Amino acid sequence: MCLGVPGLVVSMDPPSDELVMGKVSFGGAEREVCFGYASEAKVGDYVLVHVGFAIAVLDEAEAHRILEDFETIARLSAQSEQEPSEGSA
Amino acid sequence: MKFVDEYRDPERALALAASLKQRVTRPWTLMEICGGQTHSILRYGVDQLLPDSLKLVHGPGCPVCVTPIDLIDKAIHIARQPNVILTSFGDMLRVPGSCDDLLRAKSAGADVRMVYSPLDAVKLAQQNPEKQVVFFAVGFETTAPPNAMAVVRAHQLKLDNFSILASHVLVPPAIRALLNASDNVVQGFLAAGHVCTIMGTREYEPLAEQYRIPIVVTGFEPVDLLQGIFLAVTALEEGRPGVQNQYARSVTREGNVAAQQVLKRVFQVCDRAWRGLGVIAQSGLELREEFARYDANRRFELGGVVTQEPKNCHAGEVLRGVLRPPDCPAFGVTCNPENPLGAPMVSSEGACAAYFRYGRLPRANAR
Repeated sequence: MCLGVPGLVVSMDPPSDELVMGKVSFGGAEREVCFGYASEAKVGDYVLVHVGFAIAVLDEAEAHRILEDFETIARLSAQSEQEPSEGSA
Repeated sequence: MKFVDEYRDPERALALAASLKQRVTRPWTLMEICGGQTHSILRYGVDQLLPDSLKLVHGPGCPVCVTPIDLIDKAIHIARQPNVILTSFGDMLRVPGSCDDLLRAKSAGADVRMVYSPLDAVKLAQQNPEKQVVFFAVGFETTAPPNAMAVVRAHQLKLDNFSILASHVLVPPAIRALLNASDNVVQGFLAAGHVCTIMGTREYEPLAEQYRIPIVVTGFEPVDLLQGIFLAVTALEEGRPGVQNQYARSVTREGNVAAQQVLKRVFQVCDRAWRGLGVIAQSGLELREEFARYDANRRFELGGVVTQEPKNCHAGEVLRGVLRPPDCPAFGVTCNPENPLGAPMVSSEGACAAYFRYGRLPRANAR
């Protein structure tokens, strides 16, 4: 039920008093989406879509930062695993 | 697809699993709250990458599963009225009520329609002014703002043929109830990334502090889940409770303020019964008086609906993480997705459905 799917903003209606709608592409398949909760989104952004609503503009910098942090952890773990065996060899 | 592929990368997942094995020195039990995460864990075999001493139990984060049976019976009762279109997300259609489900009511002639978005239900009301359109509004904090927007939209359009049957529940009071239970085994939580996309992480801080537990807001892909588990285990190993945010590409501390504002405008917090868990104080949402005329409970006569919980269904224990689905005596024997005893066997977020679908069979069958 809380399923959220990332998609690329393809078009957005101009702002108005009505619901702001737009089109989001999910790997090529386009759907109409409500931007009432993500009015800051722009064409070219990736948004998280839940039951036809964009609920977040995905933050690329944060995504990179966390992936890189974990790559560092994995590298350090692999090194510390090798070290004892090298010592005993 | 960006924001998906990198989180399903097997090399990344295996490197994380190796780091995790090094990190764990003692037995720990974590709970993932969200049923979407449960399905992802079993679908991608994340559970099979974990060290033996690390146990994942599955939480109550399946809104369909915790919707009380009397609401399902009420939805079926409404659907059977003349000149009614009952709309719902697809997940709800096969959940067993006392003696029927919505899909069977549909096959017997009721006008039950699946919608993708609550706004589709509003559109149906516009297109069918001679009919009453009712939306079965189920969900956690993620879904409440879209459903609230549908009510606001109906209000703007002055639709007097649109109403909702609301069954909205809130995550933090459920975490508190689980932690207060005498049989609680959970030492840390993976909080639901999409609930927190709306609500932010702030309301989890007092919980982490009071119960001295780690709560890691976590995403839904296998790499997300392994990262969340790694952060929770590291916090436990180092004795550092608190809230952390693995899903920062979508979640901020403040959350989606625009969505929170509409949610608060339309709904107010109330006590709420959870199927399998009982009544939890201040754990649900109901329409405010200003929007009470969109409440299907008021629009239809529902007093005569009599309910009965199914016998032999242990969904309550499954939803509290006390019983693993394959350890239920009914699992795969008298209960399967074709003939479910309870909601967790049919919902796309139900733990029993996940174990069944991804072949985690009971021990007797696995031999």
